[in-house]
Amino acid sequence: MEVKDKKSKESKHGILKRIAGPVVTAVNLDAHMYDVVKVGKEELMGEVIKIAGENVIIQVYEDTSGIKPGEPVINTGLSLAVELGPGLLTSIYDGIQRPLPILVDKMGDFIQRGVSAPGLSHEKKWRFKPLVKTGDNVKGGMIIGEVQETNIVHKIMLPPDAKPGVVKTIKSGDFTVEETICVLDDNREYQMLQRWPVRVPRPVKEKVNPRIPLITGQRILDGLFPIAKGGTAAIPGPFGSGKTVTQQQLAKWSDAEIVVYIGCGERGNEMTEVLTEFPRLEDPKTGKPLMERTVLIANTSNMPVAAREASVYTGITIAEYFRDMGYDVSLMADSTSRWAEAMREISSRLEEMPGEEGYPAYLAARLSEFYERAGLVKTLNGGEGSVSVIGAVSPPGGDFSEPVTQNTLRIVKVFWALDAKLSQRRHFPSINWLNSYSLYLDSLHDWYDKEVSPEWNKLRSWAMEVLQKEAELQEIIQLVGSDALPEAEQVTIEVARMIREVFLQQNAYDPVDTFCDMTKQYDMMKAIRMFSDLAYSAQVAGVSPNQINSVKSKNELPQIKFIKDYKPDLTKIEKNMDEEFNSLRSAA
Amino acid sequence: MKEYRTINKIAGPLLFVEKTEPIGFAELVNIVLFDGTIKRGQVLDTSDEIVVVQVFETTAGIGRDSGVRFTGETIKMPVGREMLGRILSGGGKPIDGGPDIVPEKRLDITGAAINPYARGPPNEFIQTGISTIDGTNTLVRGQKLPIFSGAGLPHNTIALQIARQSKALGAKEEFAVVFAAMGITKEEANYFMQDFERTGALERAVVFLNLADDPAVERIITPRLALTTAEYLAFDLGMHVLVILTDMTNYCEALRQIGAAREEVPGRRGYPGYMYTDLASIYERAGIIKGKKGSITQFPILTMPGDDITHPIPDLTGYITEGQIVVSRDLHRKGIYPPINVLPSLSRLMNLGIGKGHTREDHKKVSDQLYAAYAEGNDLRGLVAIVGKDALSERDRMFLEFADLFETRFVRQGINEDRSIVETLDLGWELLSKLPVEQLVRIDRELINKYHPKFKNVVKKE
Repeated sequence: MEVKDKKSKESKHGILKRIAGPVVTAVNLDAHMYDVVKVGKEELMGEVIKIAGENVIIQVYEDTSGIKPGEPVINTGLSLAVELGPGLLTSIYDGIQRPLPILVDKMGDFIQRGVSAPGLSHEKKWRFKPLVKTGDNVKGGMIIGEVQETNIVHKIMLPPDAKPGVVKTIKSGDFTVEETICVLDDNREYQMLQRWPVRVPRPVKEKVNPRIPLITGQRILDGLFPIAKGGTAAIPGPFGSGKTVTQQQLAKWSDAEIVVYIGCGERGNEMTEVLTEFPRLEDPKTGKPLMERTVLIANTSNMPVAAREASVYTGITIAEYFRDMGYDVSLMADSTSRWAEAMREISSRLEEMPGEEGYPAYLAARLSEFYERAGLVKTLNGGEGSVSVIGAVSPPGGDFSEPVTQNTLRIVKVFWALDAKLSQRRHFPSINWLNSYSLYLDSLHDWYDKEVSPEWNKLRSWAMEVLQKEAELQEIIQLVGSDALPEAEQVTIEVARMIREVFLQQNAYDPVDTFCDMTKQYDMMKAIRMFSDLAYSAQVAGVSPNQINSVKSKNELPQIKFIKDYKPDLTKIEKNMDEEFNSLRSAA
Repeated sequence: MKEYRTINKIAGPLLFVEKTEPIGFAELVNIVLFDGTIKRGQVLDTSDEIVVVQVFETTAGIGRDSGVRFTGETIKMPVGREMLGRILSGGGKPIDGGPDIVPEKRLDITGAAINPYARGPPNEFIQTGISTIDGTNTLVRGQKLPIFSGAGLPHNTIALQIARQSKALGAKEEFAVVFAAMGITKEEANYFMQDFERTGALERAVVFLNLADDPAVERIITPRLALTTAEYLAFDLGMHVLVILTDMTNYCEALRQIGAAREEVPGRRGYPGYMYTDLASIYERAGIIKGKKGSITQFPILTMPGDDITHPIPDLTGYITEGQIVVSRDLHRKGIYPPINVLPSLSRLMNLGIGKGHTREDHKKVSDQLYAAYAEGNDLRGLVAIVGKDALSERDRMFLEFADLFETRFVRQGINEDRSIVETLDLGWELLSKLPVEQLVRIDRELINKYHPKFKNVVKKE
């Protein structure tokens, strides 16, 4: 008896043996991989990441200064998990789901350590409306009720791993997330709160192929390189090329119902920008503040590196939870390179054999596991939901051949290549139209046909052709100058310039231009196409390129971007264009 | 306090101490030499077998017989109001012959991260009087905006001009300058000190000097001491603090040196894999806290080895800081001061601090248009070299001329020329008015009618 007691006591309390930064070693600890442990007298939160004989290696989510060998380590026996339930929306968390506003209350303006805070308020009462009744058959993942959380209805589901059963009692009224709202006939009790380990994907019935675009209101994205709902995209680019602005534009305007934004190892001031701006901005669809559909995770670059590693998993688990309710969720991770660097840092402290550029050999596996958690799915409750993942990548020196970019590109279906050259000339969004691609064009073809116009897909191919042609002509111009080009090609150059300046350039800071719906995109492209047709036919009729370039009405076209009710102006411009060309042709 | 004489190994700046009682990670360590001299160090790795100590000074004189005292606390910095006007060593000791600092507080030098939720929005325009910064790469309070320079370029002159001229519009508030020198020459340090003394800025400054011949490892703590002081001045005393850190390249070299001594797996070009996190722990200590009066604005200066902006030091810095001011050798050779190349330069927080209520409503669009036009003109220069000016279209020739004008009129200004933001923007319009108005596609009609010199006058005449 005594021996057994001693053993069980020992298994709970380990002893710290070595501390070197965020990685510590404990002995005498009965632990499993990824168990959450409490380290030292201050009970800092950590996670088991390696077991080597007697030694258990732990990554600690907080600063380890002052911790000594010999201090205790306690195993909680649980995996790193997030709390899921009403209260997630409008929250702002650190990498391990501690609400930052509560941390300010508890420990002031600076992040101190040793403070824990639950991810959801356990005191707040929510009005629960049941959707099943006594005697109903229920099973894991099934929706049993709902809560009006913000303007979003939060569906309350049984945990995905719950065994099937019959409802014995189901309550209605105001409850905290911890109070029991549903009891099954075998007396299992369920609350609104559920916990899910972040490193395990939440189960679904099946994954299906994406077929609807995630409309972002950004012309170069929706128009030329669309991402599907449930798709994956990467935005690599050197610093200053506009990754963060693009990510924020997507978080603001994409037509997902829920947005999860992970600031992973990025700037504190940028998170402040998001925090001050989102509550003020309106969702173009619902007219409600954008914040009401958003969950923010902010683990800035100077916050503990291990929590940065966890932040990406925390974010995607929350995204999956809302997906299971049948929502379209988009998740932005800015930046996955910082996440990879956190892995590298931990790995090098473990003295693991490094792979390419010091990154651990499992980098590719971790990246693909993460992106594979995106998708359009049939949920366990028979609905359909999606998680779209858009990851920023920050390649050192803007060199796309580095391991994080390369391993990401092997997985994702959409590549938006940011280009420092474009941003330097203030061409925003500075996405290179020649290098970028979307592999969803075929699967989205029908949607554009039906929802935008049967003409759209043709217009898109035409625009891409003109841009490609321009790139070729630019090479010739570099050698001989633009005046030496044949006249028809001088017209091409002008048309391409219009596509770039009118259609592709978009001002994220202009109240109107920041969001451009598909109808307006189509109308703008159609107007450019009209100019192109008129210009070529005028050129054939003998009008000189100089005369074509001096057509006044085309210079009005860029102004359309800044006008909300643009249709009357656009019709006028088109009419003037037609007249101007008519008179040019008759003069020629 | 217990003194151990169990040093087993000394390698570069690292001591390996055996048979100790449990020692806390990151603890401050005093090393006592046989003659009584005390050197300082910090615990880098602690276990029940061996403790690794990083010494901040030269290890000359330390032997296996030296004593090691573990102080039981992390490195703290004594801070107080009377630090203003003082000159301290890179290790924080007074070197101006004055008395020791009487501390009002002792603060941990690592500094905790500001909770992102507690941060205030940095949106207050700072006028530096330099057009290429105010007009096109605007600085705001609480920003960290580094100067990327190269060896032999006038980055110090620019930094001093900024320190002299910076002011928030319409506000009279307490300000201070914290200057941290890491591995710069005595001559460079003198250049800064003389300017501080001449302008009387020294009274409002705290200076930390780690010179080229001071121990390299000390450079690891110099910026942290400086920022701890800045945090005290800003968030305890409510001052607006401008922190100048020069030269961050020397800091990173010291970091690499320690990494090598610890036999760590190196990252790019031999710099440690955690350099991003380490630099972030310095740069992120800038900003504003909601409900507090002061602010910390950072101007780190770094020299890009071989003028290479993709080198790990500028590269990692650029990923953390909110933009960069790039000093160009080409412009410097052309005799233009300040030789700031606006094309690779950027201020990420610019949009928060400009426009109506901050500077002027046309600021953003004028800036975009200047950029676009200069970029286009600059590209054409390459073309002219091949095909000659005659092969250009008339439109192209105008942009080419614009690029020259932009450099000689907008970029170039005097070392003591303090242009107001209105002067800068009006100058921008004047240059833009040399281009045909239909080429100004970045600016809407309304602003053109209001500010374009041609149309502005028409309206006035009526």
